[in-house]
Amino acid sequence: MNIDSIQNGIVLDHITAGKGMEVYRYLGLDKLDCSVAIIKNATSHKMGRKDILKIDHPDYDINLDVLGYVDPDISVSIIKDGVTVEKKKVNLPEQIVNIVKCKNPRCITTEEQGIQHIFKLTDKEKRIYRCVYCEAENQGEIIV
Amino acid sequence: MRHLIDPMDLSVQEIDDLLALAEDIIANHDKYTKVCEGKKLATLFFEPSTRTRLSFEAAMMELGGNVLGFSSADSSSSTKGESVADTVKVVSCYADIIAMRHPKEGAPYLASLKSDAPIINAGDGGHNHPTQTLTDLLTIKREKGHLGDITIGFCGDLKFGRTVHSLIKALSRYDNIQYIMISPEELEIPEYIKEEVFEKKNIAYEQVRTIDEVIDRLDVLYMTRVQRERFFNEADYIRLKDTYILDMPKLKNAKPDLSILHPLPRVNEIAVEVDDDPRACYFRQALNGKYVRMALIMTMLGLTGQ
Repeated sequence: MNIDSIQNGIVLDHITAGKGMEVYRYLGLDKLDCSVAIIKNATSHKMGRKDILKIDHPDYDINLDVLGYVDPDISVSIIKDGVTVEKKKVNLPEQIVNIVKCKNPRCITTEEQGIQHIFKLTDKEKRIYRCVYCEAENQGEIIV
Repeated sequence: MRHLIDPMDLSVQEIDDLLALAEDIIANHDKYTKVCEGKKLATLFFEPSTRTRLSFEAAMMELGGNVLGFSSADSSSSTKGESVADTVKVVSCYADIIAMRHPKEGAPYLASLKSDAPIINAGDGGHNHPTQTLTDLLTIKREKGHLGDITIGFCGDLKFGRTVHSLIKALSRYDNIQYIMISPEELEIPEYIKEEVFEKKNIAYEQVRTIDEVIDRLDVLYMTRVQRERFFNEADYIRLKDTYILDMPKLKNAKPDLSILHPLPRVNEIAVEVDDDPRACYFRQALNGKYVRMALIMTMLGLTGQ
């Protein structure tokens, strides 16, 4: 299967197979007018199977915290005039702000208006994030 | 400026200093009667709590300070739809320190981000209640003379009881404590406490089903209420409820210097006949709550005795 390479934009490679749509939703890519390609279950020497996203937008400002939170193994390549000009590293972010909402019905964030939804990384190994207000483990819903 | 939101916000040294100050207040009460003259404590109670609020207010009054505030959300501007952030921002213009209780978890933490005055969490839903933990620690310290080297039994609802979880976390920083968990299977301590406290710190603990089988080994017995609504069916509740009621026959084999604690309110989990036994500490514990809050208010305001 052939997908055209992009001239100016961003390629998200090495997405864990099956997570491509999740990354698409978390980044809010449905709101873009440009072409976005989602490639599912591509063959990978390293991973066996992987997903890839190609965003054909020269000025798209990617939120690396969102990527790190969803899948920290993703590699990000910035493409200009058909050439990779920069590779960005994705890390597990120490905290995420206004990406997910706390699902604990007893949490103050369910009631207070204008509050920032903040989760902190509390267990790097198990990738556990907790709400800074009620400390509930994140099983939150996406805000973006 | 420091706030007190979670009991674990305090280092062991800070807890030890607070307890030492509380003990000095008990021993030299006159030294402290004017320490907070001219200072105001605001008690913002978005849900009613008679004991905790009165304890805070009594503490401030005994230090010579003044108290203002409200005792339920109905009498606050939150009925008009005001946010917690705005309420606290305004109140911190009027008061030097704020004690806040709120039914929503994390509300005091939110308040601490907005307040110009130090915030003390006086209970946020089923989440944290640090001054109860300090009260429990002071009581154990005063009754036993030390916080380590004890065998402590926690009895009743260990699954939902926030006071139990906080006290276990706080005690886990002291040496040589044997933990015995006495509860029905349905109300055992949550997995996260087992993993994050006991297993991470390599602390051994026992889980048993009856008070009788361990009462002779305990130095401290921390009782909690087994509530009907925690059970999936009525039959289980009826079958188990009496197992976790402490009465004089159950104390027959207890040590003569056992200390029985309870965060109160009690319903029927400790028989009234136990109140007259010198081993019953729960009313002394309530009194300790006032002293530890006096120590806390002074410390957070940066004040010392005269």
